[in-house]
Amino acid sequence: MHRGVAAPLLRANIDTDAIIPSREMRRVSRTGLADGLFANWRYLDPARRDPNPEFVLNRPERAGASILLGGPNFGCGSSREHAVWALHEFGVRVVVAPDFSPIFRKNCAANGLLAACVPLDAVEALAAWTDDDPQARHLTVDLRARKIVGGGSPIPFEVPRGHRMRLLRGLDAIALTQGRAAEIDAFEQRRFDAHPWARLPAARGR
Amino acid sequence: MHPYARAVPATLFDKLWDSHCIETDDDGDGLIYVDRLVLHERTGGVALDALARRGEGVRRPEHAFCVVDHVVDTVPGRGDETRVPGGTDFIVALRQGAADFGLRLFDVGDEDQGIGHLVSAEQGIALPGLSIACPDSHTCTLGALGALAFGIGTSELEHALATSTLRMARPETMRVTIGGRLGGDATAKDLALHLIGTHGASGGSGAAVEFCGEAVTAMDVEGRMTLCNMAAEFGAATAVIAPDDAVFGAAGATPLAPAEPPLGYWSTLRTAPGARFDRDVALDAAGVTPHVTWGTSPEHSAPVRARIPPASGAAARGALEYMGLEPGVALDSVPIDAAFIGSCTNARLGDLRAAARVLKGRRVAPGVAAVCVPGSTRVKRAAEAEGLDRVFEAAGFEWRESGCSMCFYAGGETFGAGKRVVTTTNRNFEGRQGPGVRSHLASPAVVAASAVRGRIAAPDALPRP
Repeated sequence: MHRGVAAPLLRANIDTDAIIPSREMRRVSRTGLADGLFANWRYLDPARRDPNPEFVLNRPERAGASILLGGPNFGCGSSREHAVWALHEFGVRVVVAPDFSPIFRKNCAANGLLAACVPLDAVEALAAWTDDDPQARHLTVDLRARKIVGGGSPIPFEVPRGHRMRLLRGLDAIALTQGRAAEIDAFEQRRFDAHPWARLPAARGR
Repeated sequence: MHPYARAVPATLFDKLWDSHCIETDDDGDGLIYVDRLVLHERTGGVALDALARRGEGVRRPEHAFCVVDHVVDTVPGRGDETRVPGGTDFIVALRQGAADFGLRLFDVGDEDQGIGHLVSAEQGIALPGLSIACPDSHTCTLGALGALAFGIGTSELEHALATSTLRMARPETMRVTIGGRLGGDATAKDLALHLIGTHGASGGSGAAVEFCGEAVTAMDVEGRMTLCNMAAEFGAATAVIAPDDAVFGAAGATPLAPAEPPLGYWSTLRTAPGARFDRDVALDAAGVTPHVTWGTSPEHSAPVRARIPPASGAAARGALEYMGLEPGVALDSVPIDAAFIGSCTNARLGDLRAAARVLKGRRVAPGVAAVCVPGSTRVKRAAEAEGLDRVFEAAGFEWRESGCSMCFYAGGETFGAGKRVVTTTNRNFEGRQGPGVRSHLASPAVVAASAVRGRIAAPDALPRP
């Protein structure tokens, strides 16, 4: 269950270059990215960091927004997970949109962000309801019931079952898969037996 | 044969998925065996560092490869120093990680260095029937070889390094049948722009797309790679094309291919007659002419000789405002400031030949900055052996070292705010090639013709040299 201030950013095809421009990925790190989130839109001059007062995340009434309401094909473009890291570091926990790029959606699930699919008219309705008083009109996202509660009746959302379970259980994906090591080893052995060409010699390195 | 192989006819994607699916978990996700991994300096160092901090090893280091392509400079005489601020740290971190874990690195200065997807094809890292993953959305390029190819995030990369697997929901299948033959100056790039313009940038949303039909069969392997590459801009989870003798010949001749390629197995990698797809679309290649984009999404595309369509909705209006254009403007009247030939989309040898055919005996228009960045060092060498570098340079193009270069702006090189660029790359997003840069996607021949004319131009619009 997540409850928070929503921020509408309803344009179509918001790409990961827009979410985090490549030049903002300055260090070999997963952190230090929130400042560069939406840098081209959030700042009048991205180099000098003058805030653009018109941009939704800079509006005082949207302060502390943790739920983004997006348009179709959200997160398209580059596979950079930095887009999700930047959103998370900024405080976003839920993105609601009609559909998502597959890689972006998987990156969300890997980082505790919910990417919830809702038809465009419902996203617009949620955005419109918050407009009057965003700080008072919080949205409630119920991951167990798969519903978003705003003004009217709860709006059901779609999320891949695996992503939902991962968000609910918070399991370590690598550790989980390593629990299947015997199955992986056996599968690999069968694969190498059937297709010996798929295996390269391990002669290199240390 | 996989024990769960179905009795119904299987698509190519089904066959590839089933032959790599270790098990399906309680949530319905497949645990997919990954035969090959390719890392690059932009995210490879972060992933390897995270792995080291967890105390994990790389499960199959001999199956993981590293390339330096994303932020490395492409200017002649380059080294570790980059115009991208902090870029050197990314290169050094990848090099260190590759050394620590014993991964083969195609380093700066290596005669086989290049953009990862080209290196994967040239080296035989990707082969028909293998699964391959790389933290880059254009990994789907390699589906043109009949490989199961996935672009992944950094967390998935760590997972794949540690376990040789990816966990994911099985995508829906979508068939894109392209009938007829490409004519005139139309290329695979024009087909892709036409497809995305017709069905939208999320037209293939989440699907494993198979390209087939007469136009695809007739296309050379490089063109098929361009088509599959652009599937990323179609919203696809991946793309595949049934490999044929042309692919078997090329793949079988690579350094990492087996001495005796498994031609019998490879030739089973095709969709069985009667197999069902979740989605199906068809288009005709015969009517497709050279295309160019006019907005800030690849779906904003139109024939070079068309006018910009009426703006339908806020997104299109915003795109036109950013691009400094208006509905009704003839695209081939639009003056340009720069021309860029490069990227994993369109910088293979055939692409450079196509551009050079246009440029031979001609000069870039005054005031137009023109840059050619071969997709790999191998491509560069082959092009130079044919004298293409001299054609480009005589025409006024810069001739560069290989890398992703100005396909995206990472704080290093850009043509500058407000500049209008015709480019063979894959993304015309706002700011993709630098703040305020206006990008028009097109084929190599259209980019070359536009550079010569100083305006967006179809190749056949140029007077004889």
